[in-house]
Amino acid sequence: MRQTCLNMVYDLARRDERVVFVGSDLSPGLLADMKRDMPERWYMEGITEQNLIGMSAGLAKEGYIPYSNTIATFITRRCYEQVAVDLCLHDLPVRLIANGGGLVYAPLGPTHLAIEDIAIMRALPNMTVTAVCDAKEMIRLMNATLAWPHPIYIRLAKGGDPVVSRDDLGFAIGKAIPMRRARSRHAAVLMSTGVMTTNSLAAAELLAKDGIDVSVVHFHTIKPLDEAAVLDFARDADLVVTVEEGIRIGGLGSAITDVVVEQLGTSAPPVRRLGLPDEFPHNYGLQDDLFDIYGLMPAQIAASVRGALKDKAATGVAAVNASIAARA
Amino acid sequence: MATSAEAVPFIKLATPPLDQRSKYLRKLVVRALEGGERGHIGSSMSLIEIMRVLYDDVLRYRPSEPEWRDRDRMILSKGHGCIALYVLLADKGFFPLDTLDTFCRRDSILGGHPEAGKVPGVEASTGALGHGLSIGLGMALGVRMQKRDSRVIVVLGDGEIDEGSVWEAAMCAGKHRLSNLTAVIDYNKVQSAGPTREIQDLEPLADKWRAFNFATVEVDGHDVEALRGVFRRLPLAQDRPTAVICHTVKGKGIGFAENDANWHHKSKINKDLIAKLHEALE
Repeated sequence: MRQTCLNMVYDLARRDERVVFVGSDLSPGLLADMKRDMPERWYMEGITEQNLIGMSAGLAKEGYIPYSNTIATFITRRCYEQVAVDLCLHDLPVRLIANGGGLVYAPLGPTHLAIEDIAIMRALPNMTVTAVCDAKEMIRLMNATLAWPHPIYIRLAKGGDPVVSRDDLGFAIGKAIPMRRARSRHAAVLMSTGVMTTNSLAAAELLAKDGIDVSVVHFHTIKPLDEAAVLDFARDADLVVTVEEGIRIGGLGSAITDVVVEQLGTSAPPVRRLGLPDEFPHNYGLQDDLFDIYGLMPAQIAASVRGALKDKAATGVAAVNASIAARA
Repeated sequence: MATSAEAVPFIKLATPPLDQRSKYLRKLVVRALEGGERGHIGSSMSLIEIMRVLYDDVLRYRPSEPEWRDRDRMILSKGHGCIALYVLLADKGFFPLDTLDTFCRRDSILGGHPEAGKVPGVEASTGALGHGLSIGLGMALGVRMQKRDSRVIVVLGDGEIDEGSVWEAAMCAGKHRLSNLTAVIDYNKVQSAGPTREIQDLEPLADKWRAFNFATVEVDGHDVEALRGVFRRLPLAQDRPTAVICHTVKGKGIGFAENDANWHHKSKINKDLIAKLHEALE
């Protein structure tokens, strides 16, 4: 996905002379073809994230579309004020390409885990927040970025991720994609982002074997949130389960819960938010190890759905919500 | 090496007396202070001659067409000194002079820090410190790529350059040899909490900028002729950015406020204080 994203930067640059690349201290030879063919539009500025964002803002003010790239934690935490003021307050078309979103850098520990990136980027006015699920979808996103007039946060997955997205389902920034539709509107619906959509689809297959029919809706754009899609699937659902690779505070699950509660009131279905608790991960291993620790592997997602449906059958919506609150 | 702040006196400037235009511009500052009943007095007064010379003699701009593509870009990175900028923009006709009376009021375009897109002539929204030089160097790169001859001037405060981001930007500007970029430092030597020598000593300041590959010059920041002499020569070198360190006096022109950190910002400014400010400028 990362390589696809960078290849797309060069591809977009060949199509549109406003496109520039601004990196920090990335791999040797990165975008070497772009550097060779258009050196005046290829920048590698060292470990200066604050400057990298301000410089990108200045380039955007002069009519350029900077694609600015470094590790997710550094392009969010280190220069948050620059992102807020230089990019969002000025509402400039800078694209932040964030390597290693979520738990990708599991072996490198908590300094490199972008667990709250979605939450803090989402909180900024004018910012668009995206997390596609595979390399094919990255191509669709990158094509759509060229004409988007606002700053965009582009969260990258590990790379080599299985391709589950489909060309025939279309793509537009801010438009969720139903990836699997349950036969009944009165079923559980999984709402996910990034590669958690892949795990959610796998969970749906496991549930189907047990005769539990669920929908899966993919939110490649967390902000602006496709509220119509949320409501369309949540209105008659037995249960909404949100799945994300990040802390639950302020993430996709929070965004969806806001819409469900505010728009559906007392008729809202129970909502279960799967993600990370309010803590820094302290284990290492691989990304899948951390998924396992936090209940984000397909079998665990399926188990959470089964458990929540069972709670609901036994005790009703209010008790399910209380139970969910207690677990959170 | 100094052992205490007291051991190092402020640099004594042999500045000529303020002329009528400098006094007039300061009275416009007082007009905004009266309108808003608040404002960064000391930080604005130290900037007046810098702003005056830039807008009277140096910058290329069109008040009726603030986004004119070939204009010079001036970013006030020390956004809290914005009244000095507002005064020059009003004086040049970017907006009516009486807009100054609305400073900091609910529906005014003139806030306590300048906002781009709201105030004609303001290039970047500043206020959070340490942002302007990076934005300016991005603009300077963009202008250079487009082979246009616009210059980018970024005015920084001395307290502001405590921020590490300023030195990230300086390193980057030096690397790119941006001769169309000039950093102007309003070195009044008093930051909000007290003298810079006590709070965060910047010396040797000129050496720092030189080390970052800036052609660096020092000038009396209240001497209009001296400022003209420097600014009209920009860029000072064809192969690197310029730094102009302006030795200034915080609160310049208001005798009782000069060099006093207590006058960095004042709120609840009443009629009596306004009268005293006017009196000081007579």
